[in-house]
Amino acid sequence: MQLRVERREASAWISILIPLLAIGITLILVAGLVWLSGAGLWETYYYFFIKPLSSRASVIEVLVKATPLLFTGAAVAFAFYSGYWNIGAEGQLYAGAAAAAWLGVVLKGLPPVVIIPLIMLGSALAAALWALPPAWLKTRLNVDEVVTTLLLNSVMIFFVSSLLNGPWRDPVTNWPQSPTLEAASRLPRLLAGTRLHLGFLLAIVALIFFWWITARASFGLRMRAVGRGREAARFMGVHVNQVVFRVALISGAVAGLAGASEVAGLHYHLIEALSPGYGYSGIVAATLGSLHPIGVALAAIFIGLISTGSQTASRALGVPSFLGDVVQAVLLLVTLALLLLRTYRVRMI
Amino acid sequence: MTQPTTTPPAVAMHGITKRFGPLTANANVDFDVQSGEVHALLGENGAGKTTLTKILYGLYQPDAGTIAINGKLTPLRSPADAIAQGIGMVTQHFSLVPTLTVAENLLLSQAQGITLDLRTAEATIRETATRYGLQVDPARLVQRLSVGEQQRVEILKALYQNCRVLILDEPTAVLTPQEAEGLFMVLRGLIAQGLAVIFISHKLNEVLAISHRVTVLRAGKVVGEVKTAETTQIDLARLMVGREVTGVQVSATPPPTAPQRPVLELQNIHVRNTQHLPALRGINLRIQAGEIVGLAGVAGNGQPELGEVLSGLRTPTQGEVRVNGIDVTKADPVGMTRAGIGRIPEDRLKGVVADLTVAENIALESLAEFTKAGGQLDQKLVRQHAQSLIDAFEIKATPGTRTGSLSGGNMQKVILARVLSRNPQVVVAAQPTRGLDVGAIQYVHEQLLTQRARGAAILLISEDLDEVLALADRVAVIYEGAIVGEVKPSDFRDDPANLKQQIGLMMAGAVSGFGEQIERRESA
Ligand SMILES: Nc1ncnc2c1ncn2[C@@H]1O[C@H](COP(=O)(O)OP(=O)(O)OP(=O)(O)O)[C@@H](O)[C@H]1O
Ligand SMILES: [Mg+2]
Repeated sequence: MQLRVERREASAWISILIPLLAIGITLILVAGLVWLSGAGLWETYYYFFIKPLSSRASVIEVLVKATPLLFTGAAVAFAFYSGYWNIGAEGQLYAGAAAAAWLGVVLKGLPPVVIIPLIMLGSALAAALWALPPAWLKTRLNVDEVVTTLLLNSVMIFFVSSLLNGPWRDPVTNWPQSPTLEAASRLPRLLAGTRLHLGFLLAIVALIFFWWITARASFGLRMRAVGRGREAARFMGVHVNQVVFRVALISGAVAGLAGASEVAGLHYHLIEALSPGYGYSGIVAATLGSLHPIGVALAAIFIGLISTGSQTASRALGVPSFLGDVVQAVLLLVTLALLLLRTYRVRMI
Repeated sequence: MTQPTTTPPAVAMHGITKRFGPLTANANVDFDVQSGEVHALLGENGAGKTTLTKILYGLYQPDAGTIAINGKLTPLRSPADAIAQGIGMVTQHFSLVPTLTVAENLLLSQAQGITLDLRTAEATIRETATRYGLQVDPARLVQRLSVGEQQRVEILKALYQNCRVLILDEPTAVLTPQEAEGLFMVLRGLIAQGLAVIFISHKLNEVLAISHRVTVLRAGKVVGEVKTAETTQIDLARLMVGREVTGVQVSATPPPTAPQRPVLELQNIHVRNTQHLPALRGINLRIQAGEIVGLAGVAGNGQPELGEVLSGLRTPTQGEVRVNGIDVTKADPVGMTRAGIGRIPEDRLKGVVADLTVAENIALESLAEFTKAGGQLDQKLVRQHAQSLIDAFEIKATPGTRTGSLSGGNMQKVILARVLSRNPQVVVAAQPTRGLDVGAIQYVHEQLLTQRARGAAILLISEDLDEVLALADRVAVIYEGAIVGEVKPSDFRDDPANLKQQIGLMMAGAVSGFGEQIERRESA
């Protein structure tokens, strides 16, 4: 038997097959590392993937972990869908987080129904503002957004760090963390006794918004046209730059909501370690989820599972906790490699 | 050119079948080519010519059938296999790196080891080039070359890889008649040196001029294999289409005689090209309702830039464009469409997004009409509209078909349907029949005549002089970015040879003193 490869048209089932195949191959590749760290393979994978799903409390914890990833996954997928390679979700997340930390303290004496929408809106706006320079440079001067969005991440992270070590430093404890949010500024919990908060629902709303735009709205068709054929889209009267500009800002705003949701829903103050790379994991979620809202949701939850699982595994078995990050990185690479399957067909002869 | 029967053919494809889902692109096709022979492949758009050659080049795998090279059964799993077997292919979309030199491009295709001896390579390339009569300077950047020269580089690349069988898929579609003649000279040299050539073209006169044998495909099946010496254009056309093909009847309705207000007016249009060099230098043109003006000219004299101006893709540095008296000089594509200009682009793939469906491509240009309140896309309407155009224009597709998988002719029909169904007041058709089969060309011509009868003002930009003469009420000749003369074919009813000669002279830049309205080229 031999295999041969030829160009082909993408068929629908292959998009479902790719992520599953990617997960399988990743598990095989990572097995070597697990073995090196001296832990049993089945045991480790049990802690990674099964244990977190074994109790109601830990399932909910997975969803808590997945919440920011649902936001950043949606944000990245939205941008990638129209060919705008926004690698800056991490910085945009912190921009939104900083705005939420500030608004959540200064807005006083208003009921939560007023304050919470204001915080969310303000964070989205701040993050969109942070996404503006790359978008502007891209559409005016055709500067590669991959570089600019990526570089601005460090700028924002250092800016937040300087805030936390300067004006916002907690006067009592002297910790680099912002003052605690007013009670009225905090996102309500969805289930009593758990950490699952309103942010999770808002993230689902963001994904539904993504779905509606791409599957139902005229703007989605414009985005698709720009993403697949800029020149032809322009010929057919699509205002390419306008579409790219809007997409870039919306993507930034949604990434900013991830930060707001973490600050106002989980930590109640801004810290430097707010995000262990949720912005970058959003790229994994978007890619693994084939830029499809349902795919992105499942992928975000899967990554939430990995990061919960890697922590439990590290506590119980002593394997390094960054194994979870390794799984994610390998997953991204394998998925990208497998995406070739969409343009090439492998046949047995 | 008949070979002694003892030599096996350079390539013999036998019983080739290729399916794409439910569609059979090649059905049990037998095809062979001898060395020292040009074997032409002919057939309507979508007949399966490209598919057959892609199978030979290892790009597609056949579902059934065998390929023998020099009499030996040889499976071709990839282009690398095919190249190793001495098969080379030149497609319409060149695969050259524009920012590299000719020599570097050739080396790319077979670079081995670590060191790169450019000097020696250039010498070898120069030697190969002279041997086959392919004049190109190996040290020049590819982006500086004309389309014809780039094609020569592609051929050179195949020869450099020691190809013995050369596949040319519609090589002349992108060439001027002069360049095509040059290509034929090269091909004659190649077969004299024992190469085998597979030649695809829709132009029957070219096929008759260059080939020794012709195989005609219809709907994936071989419907005839004839010796060129024993056939005629009419026979070939009938074989291809399966029915009698008549040329378009010229000027059924006489052009309007009473002077009317012009619908499209171009006044002193100046434009720079992408390299910021002057491309149009003072174009003046007026087209009335119900009139077809043909813009003739050798390629590279500003035709694409004029098409882009009227498509809203390029803004003039000077001058005015008016539609029904309204200034649209600075309009973008939306503005041009709204002003009533229907635009058929020179390059089909600039007119549709290959990755979108047929329905989406049809809707996109006038998306506002398919948008419900709240920005929602009326998908049902999009589909219905596409289906009605597919029926009306007899496009072989469904609304959900990916546009990129259509054959060239059907893709062109999608654009025509989108543009003409809106009854535009002005039609700007740039090379509307490039790469189309005779049946489809006739179809496009009929569509343009229907538009004229409806009262549209039509600008037909074409490098095919016969096409221009067959359709145009008035012929304007463009040379170095200016209109150097205008002719009315009807004034030459009794002397068509003289007409062609006059236009030919103007196309070559010799401004002659006749015609109604000679625009002097600006010396700036
Ligand atoms: N990759 C593909 N996937 C699906 N269908 C395809 C693919 N390639 C070609 N086809 C279909 O196969 C048929 C034959 O196409 P092909 O490109 O071989 O035609 P052709 O004879 O070269 O036409 P043209 O003269 O327009 O270039 C067409 O109906 C086309 O839509
Ligand atoms: Mg073809």
